Amino acid sequence: MTRQASAGIRDIAVVAFAQTGHRRTSDDLSEVEMLMPVLHEVLDRTGLKTSDIGFTCSGSSDYLAGRAFSFTLALDGVGAWPPISESHVEMDGAWALYEAWTKLLTGDADTALVYAYGKSSPGPLRDVLTRQLDPYYVAPLWPDSVALAALQAQALIDAGDTDEAALAAIAARSRSDATANPHAQLRGPIPHGEPLVRPLRTGDCPPVGDGAAAVILAAGERARELCARPAWIRGVDHRIEAHSLGVRDLTDSPSARLAAERAGAFERPVDTAELHAPFTSQEVVLRKALKLGDHVRVNPSGGALAANPVMAAGLVRVGEAAARIHRGESDRALAHATSGPCLQQNLVAVLEGDPR
Amino acid sequence: MSKEPVAVVGIGQTKHVSARRDVSIAGLVREAARRALDDAELTWADIDAVVIGKAPDFFEGVMMPELYLADALGAVGKPMLRVHTAGSVGGSTALVAANLVAARVHGTVLTLAFEKQSESNAMWGLSLPIPFQQPLLAGAGGFFAPHVRAYMRRSGAPDSIGSLVAYKDRRNALKNPYAHLHEHDITLEKVQASPMLWDPIRYSETCPSSDGACAMILTDRAGAARSPRPPAWMHGGAMRSEPTLFAGKDAVSPQAGKDCAADVYRQAGISDPRRDIDAVEMYVPFSWYEPMWLENLGFAAEGEGWKLTEAGATELDGDLPVNMSGGVLSTNPIGASGMIRFAEAALQVRGQAGEHQVDGARRVLGHAYGGGSQFFSMWLVGAAPPQS
Repeated sequence: MTRQASAGIRDIAVVAFAQTGHRRTSDDLSEVEMLMPVLHEVLDRTGLKTSDIGFTCSGSSDYLAGRAFSFTLALDGVGAWPPISESHVEMDGAWALYEAWTKLLTGDADTALVYAYGKSSPGPLRDVLTRQLDPYYVAPLWPDSVALAALQAQALIDAGDTDEAALAAIAARSRSDATANPHAQLRGPIPHGEPLVRPLRTGDCPPVGDGAAAVILAAGERARELCARPAWIRGVDHRIEAHSLGVRDLTDSPSARLAAERAGAFERPVDTAELHAPFTSQEVVLRKALKLGDHVRVNPSGGALAANPVMAAGLVRVGEAAARIHRGESDRALAHATSGPCLQQNLVAVLEGDPR
Repeated sequence: MSKEPVAVVGIGQTKHVSARRDVSIAGLVREAARRALDDAELTWADIDAVVIGKAPDFFEGVMMPELYLADALGAVGKPMLRVHTAGSVGGSTALVAANLVAARVHGTVLTLAFEKQSESNAMWGLSLPIPFQQPLLAGAGGFFAPHVRAYMRRSGAPDSIGSLVAYKDRRNALKNPYAHLHEHDITLEKVQASPMLWDPIRYSETCPSSDGACAMILTDRAGAARSPRPPAWMHGGAMRSEPTLFAGKDAVSPQAGKDCAADVYRQAGISDPRRDIDAVEMYVPFSWYEPMWLENLGFAAEGEGWKLTEAGATELDGDLPVNMSGGVLSTNPIGASGMIRFAEAALQVRGQAGEHQVDGARRVLGHAYGGGSQFFSMWLVGAAPPQS
């Protein structure tokens, strides 16, 4: 059991969530312009102003923006005056949420604004993501994210864990569910398509696009004041695996399983799971690692197959899971975020609503 | 609920140099981490989580390098967080790690910051042209020189102050085996005769470009009780941010810096920093930032900071030693520079700073800043556990 459970953990909840409509390009908008409406919307949901927020934390990547310190301009969208208590992770916004959660746990703040954004449209994303790989032995070969995911998919097929028909069904279900999600980039019937990198077809891959997301966290009674049905964070944990694909079993995700265990996901069944699985094959890996049975509603938002704004897509999963609890459509939900090639790093949060 | 007290029980650095061509990025960070573990007499298995920080990824040309560094830092199967808050990142990274302990999420955390600037060129890494955005020009010196000039005009400080700071810091560096620049033949005249780069900042008044890493082991009370050497205790820590440019911004003494210091002093019970704090390790990348930060941090009244420098109060044997390690002026692996400041503060209160030890240092401030004088992170560490 984790230390956090024995430490008289402070009750902290996601009380509001907002996101952009994710789309293929946003070249008419700067990052600040893309982010600002989302920040306004999430604050409006709670009636809070920037100056009411105790801690602010964001996630983004300089490599997507193509410039150093890109997050400093985003800070203009927050309106950091008078000065604010603020931090930034060069990770998906789900990890910014984790940092904010620990800050609230210390009692130093009662509310936190967490946001993330990414514009994949300015550059060739598949090439850009190769720069994440071991710079001496792997990156010089430019193996792109789809090719690496295809290796994982083939390993799953070889192990008998899935087949192309099952992958096609995941793609179809995700895009079908996304029809009810006005923020999704790909929705409705999408053909499984031609092979992009075998065995993955275009339909198995996420859309490339731009987007932003924001959530507000609040502790204790403050959460109840700000939200009719707060999504209480019962646990959150994240784990990383070895970087080299050659030393990993790509058909499994021990880091996701361990994070889920530490977050308390296995203590009681969840009714909903928002998984950050950009490729259909990765949903297969995660369902197994997270022990999600057929009764669990997986990715009702359409998931990353419907919209995958890099650096924000993980935070969107937490936000979507929380929003379902806010709306009374879920009582206990699991949210998952991933980073790195072939699910190298994974975060799991368990959210609950008050009993109805 | 009360926070768990946080102790520093291990500190490790690499010998900072202009180019570590003998090691990979992984080799560099592992060297610092290994030394911190050795200092704490712990092993990789004792570490619950890793928090790593560095400045922009363009400085090495690796996007989110922590993914590739997971193995080298023994993080496989553990949580690994990557912080990036511009130049203040080394300090922010330590504070994020400290929060994990303070919140009782983890018992013992490895925190590390690095930069391997020889992999690329920081000045041009900072100067990528972006359509429709104001360029930062070539590097940081051109950005900060006007702020220094504004300070000189506002305070009436004599032109010589900057060179005094550089001369002091470079001499302090001679006592620090890990410092990058060891200029054994340094004289005040040589500093003053060095070429003018960004008026009024001369070549010898600027930071070098370094390869280096710094690591610390942070732990809770139980961990501190097992420590083989005296721990440094965290008495206060804070971060503050403000926008880069806006009407009414005081670029000489930013409000975010004042607020950050005030928060740290409140936590630590410091009412008069000049009296209550024994030494300061602050982020001075250009010499004139010493008097500027002395004022911003409340060690001198506005316009008076340069008088402390001129009177020798900030020398290693002065009554408020500043940058005992030789500072950023002598060592600057950018992403690690903030953490080196935090680590030097901890070394001082542990009594382990060697030749650059300040006798009787009980409470020392570590300070970092970044961006356009807009991101601040600070901590105050003490030889005794916090009272609360």
